[in-house]
Amino acid sequence: MAAEATASSLASADSGASARRTKWLLGRIGIYAALVFWAFVSLFPVYWTITTSMKVARNVQQGALIPFVDYQPNWLGWRSLGLSPDTIGNVSTVREEFLNRFLNSVYTAFGASALAVLLGALAAYGLSRYQYKFLWMRNQDLGFFFLSQLILPPVVLALPFLVLYRELALLDSTIGLILLYTLTVLPIVIWIMKDQFDTIPVELDEAAQVDGLGPWGTFFRIILPMALPGMVAAFILSLILCWNEYFFAALLTSTNAKTLPVMVASQTGSQGINWWSMAALSTAAIAPLVIVGVLLERFIIRGLTAGSVKG
Amino acid sequence: MAIAELPAYGAISRRRKEWGRALIAAATVLFLATALAQVLNSARIVDLGFRDWRPTLFAYLAWAVVLGFGQVMIRGQAGLRALFILPAALFTVAMAIFPTLFGLSIAFTDWNLSSATGQKFNGLDNLFQLFRDPFYWNAMRNMVIYVLFVLVEYAIAFGLALLLNAEIRARKFWRVVFLIPLMLSPVAVSWMVGKSMLEYRFGPVARFARWLGINNPSFFTDPWAARLWIEAMDAWVSIPFVMILLLAGLQAMPKEVMEAATVDGATPWQRFWQITFPLMLPVSLTAIVLRIIFKLKLADIIITVTSGGPGGATDSVSSFIYREYRDRSNVGYGTMLAMFYLVVIVIFVTILLNVLSRHMRRMT
Repeated sequence: MAAEATASSLASADSGASARRTKWLLGRIGIYAALVFWAFVSLFPVYWTITTSMKVARNVQQGALIPFVDYQPNWLGWRSLGLSPDTIGNVSTVREEFLNRFLNSVYTAFGASALAVLLGALAAYGLSRYQYKFLWMRNQDLGFFFLSQLILPPVVLALPFLVLYRELALLDSTIGLILLYTLTVLPIVIWIMKDQFDTIPVELDEAAQVDGLGPWGTFFRIILPMALPGMVAAFILSLILCWNEYFFAALLTSTNAKTLPVMVASQTGSQGINWWSMAALSTAAIAPLVIVGVLLERFIIRGLTAGSVKG
Repeated sequence: MAIAELPAYGAISRRRKEWGRALIAAATVLFLATALAQVLNSARIVDLGFRDWRPTLFAYLAWAVVLGFGQVMIRGQAGLRALFILPAALFTVAMAIFPTLFGLSIAFTDWNLSSATGQKFNGLDNLFQLFRDPFYWNAMRNMVIYVLFVLVEYAIAFGLALLLNAEIRARKFWRVVFLIPLMLSPVAVSWMVGKSMLEYRFGPVARFARWLGINNPSFFTDPWAARLWIEAMDAWVSIPFVMILLLAGLQAMPKEVMEAATVDGATPWQRFWQITFPLMLPVSLTAIVLRIIFKLKLADIIITVTSGGPGGATDSVSSFIYREYRDRSNVGYGTMLAMFYLVVIVIFVTILLNVLSRHMRRMT
């Protein structure tokens, strides 16, 4: 009877193992199905935009999906931007406008990110290493003061800046936009950099100061090189935010300093049906950041998770 | 984490301190004098020939430089240390605090840029008008709905984070793919998704809807459908951000607890609700609060896709104020709307932080 029980328990263990195996397999399939589904959700709009930029009116109306199968790719959209292979050598006013907006975006985004990382790294180092007391505010209050700027919605600053910039002759200027963008990303930069400096042991500073370096020598020659990953993360994240910013740019620029998002937005109303050229423009506007994102994903994740992972 | 004080290399002489103070005082006088001269000039009391307010800006910059220099002269090493935080502080004061205060002075005036009358103080009139403005309160109500949707975004992001944290192949590949929407500008997304994919005649989503048997798919004519699609686009762009925060939290979780629970025979469902979820609560709350703060700024997608329509159903406060300025040039009233919104969200975020901060990860 004991032997019988053992046998039956063995049999059930066997069928239990195969049931577990089926369950495990189903779980695997479920996980990968979910992954593929969300990858589709994430990528389809990008795919749709890139393929639409190579369609002509007929393809769009037919709802063609797959190039070379559903339709024959055409450079129409890119030609309207002056960026197709056959027009790239010619003079094109549209391309000039596009390049001008593109360069404005580059100057603005890089300028603001560089300034924000400079100001932010200095402030974060100070907050991480020294004890300040300004009026009633100590380090924690100062840190909160900087971080609290994150709450300030752009709409609160937009109208005052419109008036102020008009008085300062900074309206429609790249400098004006750089200053504002610096302000909007500064809290994030300080946050990331403070997190970075806090991970560098303070003994290094002390050793450097014993060796006769002043606070600034210590900062630039010893600590800053070690904080490079954090700086890159802060810079990339700022770059993404500044490159994509629309609200201030739409209000404060008109002809000279217009950035790419403003150009994209201004085309949507007037040429609703001109899909191919809009798709080409959108593709050109998002391409730089998609490339940056894919290549420097590590730094973006580092920047996003600064301060939130440590226990 | 403060650096130990080192002995000072000789005390600072009284002469040097006095020079430092004198320099700062001189710069302050210069700055105030420039500002005063500009005020007199713009009030047409004296004509000094200023074309714009840039002299005041440059005077502020000069004052800031001298202030930093003076700090070093007066306080030596301590002054050198103050120089780290001074630039960012002065920058923030000049670019955020001052404009906000300046905005307050606009908020209590009747000022329409397109009318010839110019700025006129009108006390609390703008505030009373605000309380009677049904479109503003409609936008406020929409913001409540949008903010509540953060919980849905959070749920999806948590699911994705769990997926990425599971034992899968090519984890980095999936992570990069899931992260891509975050890089895209909301304006480009507005066109790519809002105008192109959701085109009601031959957009792919409309086609798909017809294939499912919905005859007249309309995305932006029904108020709730429009709101949902706006929210979906915003969610699409920002879910990766929440997902990455949660994924970092999951990866930092102690493995032993999980293993112990598995040995004890807990089902995956039990493991999630009794271990993962409670342990993730601090990260979750941080992610949700950050997401809400960003959500309160929602504007770009609405401005470019629906302009608040249909009938204000999708309006956020920011997009409403944007149109108040763009279409009506109503600077005075628009600023009051923005200031009121600022007060509301500062109160809201403060309460939120006070209620949740005990459970959240440190933020400063």
